[in-house]
Amino acid sequence: MSTELFFKPVTELAGLLEAKTVSAVELTKAVIARTKAVDARVKAFNSYDEADALAQAEASDTRRAAGQARGLLDGIPVGFKDVISVAGQPLTASSRMLANFVSPYDATVTRKLKDAGAISWGRLNLDEFAMGSSTENSAFQATCNPWDLSRVPGGSSGGSAAALAAGEAIATLGSDTGGSIRQPAALCGVVGLKPTYGLVSRYGLIAFASSLDQIGPFARTVDDAALLLEAIAGHDPLDSTSVNRPVPRYSEEMHRIRREKKVFRLGIPKEYFGEGLDPEVGAAVEKAIGFYKSQGCEIREVSLPHTEYGVGVYYIIATAECSSNLARYDGIRYGHRSKEAKDVVDLYFKSRAEGFGAEVKRRIILGTYVLSSGYYDAFYLRAQKVRTLIRQDFLNAYKDVDAILTPTSPTPAFRAGDKSDPLAMYLCDVYTIGVNLAGLPGISVPCGFSSGGLPIGLQLIGQPFKEAELLAIADLYEGGHDWQRRHPKL
Amino acid sequence: MKYEAVIGLEVHVQIKTHSKIFARVGAGYGHEPNTLTDPVVLALPGTLPVMNKAALDAVIKAGLMLGCEIAPLCKWDRKNYFYPDSPKNYQISQYDQPICVGGEVEIELPGPARNLMGEHKRIPLTRIHLEEDVGKLNHFAGDSLVDFNRAGTPLMEIVSEPAMHTAEEAFAYLTSIRATMIYGGISDCDMEKGQLRCDANISIRPVGETKLGTKVELKNLNSISFVRDGIAYEIRRQVAALESGGIIVQETRDYDGQTGVSQSLRSKEMAHDYRYFPDPDLMPVKVDEAWKARLKAECPELPFQKQRRFIEAYQIPYTISSVLVWDKDLSDYFEEAAKLSGKPQAAGNWIVNDLLREIGASKASLEVSRVRPAHIADLVKLVDGGQLLTAAAREVFIEMFATGEMPGVIADRKSLKAAPADAGELEQWCREAIAANPKSLSDFKTGKDSAINGFKGFVMKAAKGKASPKLIDETLRKLLNAPM
Repeated sequence: MSTELFFKPVTELAGLLEAKTVSAVELTKAVIARTKAVDARVKAFNSYDEADALAQAEASDTRRAAGQARGLLDGIPVGFKDVISVAGQPLTASSRMLANFVSPYDATVTRKLKDAGAISWGRLNLDEFAMGSSTENSAFQATCNPWDLSRVPGGSSGGSAAALAAGEAIATLGSDTGGSIRQPAALCGVVGLKPTYGLVSRYGLIAFASSLDQIGPFARTVDDAALLLEAIAGHDPLDSTSVNRPVPRYSEEMHRIRREKKVFRLGIPKEYFGEGLDPEVGAAVEKAIGFYKSQGCEIREVSLPHTEYGVGVYYIIATAECSSNLARYDGIRYGHRSKEAKDVVDLYFKSRAEGFGAEVKRRIILGTYVLSSGYYDAFYLRAQKVRTLIRQDFLNAYKDVDAILTPTSPTPAFRAGDKSDPLAMYLCDVYTIGVNLAGLPGISVPCGFSSGGLPIGLQLIGQPFKEAELLAIADLYEGGHDWQRRHPKL
Repeated sequence: MKYEAVIGLEVHVQIKTHSKIFARVGAGYGHEPNTLTDPVVLALPGTLPVMNKAALDAVIKAGLMLGCEIAPLCKWDRKNYFYPDSPKNYQISQYDQPICVGGEVEIELPGPARNLMGEHKRIPLTRIHLEEDVGKLNHFAGDSLVDFNRAGTPLMEIVSEPAMHTAEEAFAYLTSIRATMIYGGISDCDMEKGQLRCDANISIRPVGETKLGTKVELKNLNSISFVRDGIAYEIRRQVAALESGGIIVQETRDYDGQTGVSQSLRSKEMAHDYRYFPDPDLMPVKVDEAWKARLKAECPELPFQKQRRFIEAYQIPYTISSVLVWDKDLSDYFEEAAKLSGKPQAAGNWIVNDLLREIGASKASLEVSRVRPAHIADLVKLVDGGQLLTAAAREVFIEMFATGEMPGVIADRKSLKAAPADAGELEQWCREAIAANPKSLSDFKTGKDSAINGFKGFVMKAAKGKASPKLIDETLRKLLNAPM
């Protein structure tokens, strides 16, 4: 049975486009049709602009006809998490605060993807301002997991993961502050890559926690993730935290590393296999470890002793930064402005009270508290110190191993409404948070299904800026399995 | 009881850069509202700051000019507070690691008379840090509008130690900072344009007491004279409060220069908690020795240093020097004219008295003046050589200011040159002068060289001014030194 166009990976579609078997317009129309057919149930999109996407597709076909195609991504519809700016399109962060905001400029990743010929397709739902792990915190709608619509897709980039899993885009972009790409990728059965902090420009990404946020791709295959990464990575003079170093062609580099048949040394952190890990997830990850062993990889136990402090440290640093980052949403220059306000202070209070949802408010209040005079040293400063220790844990482990292997999420997708306790929700990110705190690259690849048919994800954590090697290790696993060829029935 | 005031100043200086401190859009004054903005300045969702290195250069240079230590790392912090003129509702500033530490500002207090140099003091600095300016609120009936043109202009804050004791000292301090910043090309320091702004921390204590009294912060001292008047008012207010048995409340007060009265803005309890923390969007910038050395080489001589040099090297009077040195361009102009003419005092007089008068009267500027140092030098030489008498020279000057012609050309065209006195006649007048001044003669013979001046007036009078002072001097010396 031949796969529908909208379920094919970029690498295959690029061949079809190149051979002119399929046009970008046909591909885009297929994606649009699929979206129209399923999104009423998946609810991955906050909005999409059909005419704009088709105009981009026509431009791509024109380029190709003139022999000026720009590469493998030319004509590929890519969805954008609704925190990444696309000029002329809404930029809402799934918040009432920005419900009517249209961004006048392109994010650097948007410009880069446009330069590569990709078609910007739709605005994908998320937990408001990327705060959450289920995409239930959206002010507009809760996105559903395409594998089981009663369950969450994970978050905060739930729309990006669900849209891809449901065939509503060929690839998507998300952002990852504490696991917001990897966890939904795991729960939706797709590949999700969070690059090393500083590899991809954050210019045009609505900031949640500046020192943790990174944009990264969701893709059907590791190969596709590599292609997207090489399109969006690289130094950006508009982002001081983007690192100025040459960016390899990841898609070629990872295959070169594979051909070298290097014996990868993989570390298993004992702290990641304790209490709270779902047995089916544990079993799937064990099987993955077995697979790597069978491929001649060295498996070593490593220790990341400060793991237990990760969630606590994260919720101090991330909330501190967000309390300041979100201060700009005040109803003065743009965004929601209360009609009830009596004076300027009242305008702040009312606009922000009406514009932000409960989880955003909770984090702003927490962040304001930890930065307050008299509490700064005990909370923020101490958290920064522990953060350094957590990074040191990883760097120590990398003296003995090339990458670290863990589950991505402790459980498969949970039911919508199941985690109404914020703390229970925070613990969804227990395996992914350390990567952000340490600034490392991490990837989630599908590694099986639960007995209930829900996807399970394997997380591989790499060394700083060694994405090519990380992708090669992930590709080794993917090459021996066919999880990525399964698609949800919708 | 006698009280002593203790004053510390926080001076904000806008740095003159082409673009803003964290955005690529231009910086400037007097543009249509909200035209110097871009997504970064307006803090649109997703935008990020990127540091303008020129702003850091400027503050380091300022620090080097004022003898500060330069921190090895330029680190950025966020100062969090809500206000409609602040697009991000936090200001990017420097909190615990200012770029410049220590240093001092040399000041001169008013002298006992206008032509006498006053006492000099050195006011120690606590720190100088760099930050971004905010926008401007304009209030209308029922509405307030914000103009973000100013938002993101590089701003440095110069914080003094509480080391001044009078409003005069504060005034002199601000004057000195202003001149120094203009000298360094760091800012134009136009207070009307908000390029220089000043807040003062003022307390009083009984004379002899070493502990500081309760301080009051005085804001909106928006002109140099408001600084003097506002501080003097605040000192009087505090003394009156204590003398009437009251206490000083720690608070921030707003000074109204129009009414000359201050009003309480907020008390200590209402003070902001700015929740400073390192800005995660900006990486600290290393400032190495080579960077500092490059900027050190760009630092000009400071006004007071220059004044000391002028007085010593050119032997010009204090009053002339104090007009020249406070304007860097004018002092450069003077030095050129002094060198070209070989007569610094005469050149200085022409510049300070005639040139500045003409510039002022015609509302021109030194920059566009057609009279260049070479004109001044030629004029000085013509007068010195006796070819132009004082009155004629003044006429030449006015014509030259209007046309830019060289003074010799004008003098010829207008037949203003004096016919040189006959050499024999001159020698005769000199002999008469010596004969008529036996006192000067004996003084000169006993080694008092300046006694020669006693003869010169006589000769010049006899020559009706139409003789070269140089020739008179030579002739007199020849006669005086000849064996009699």
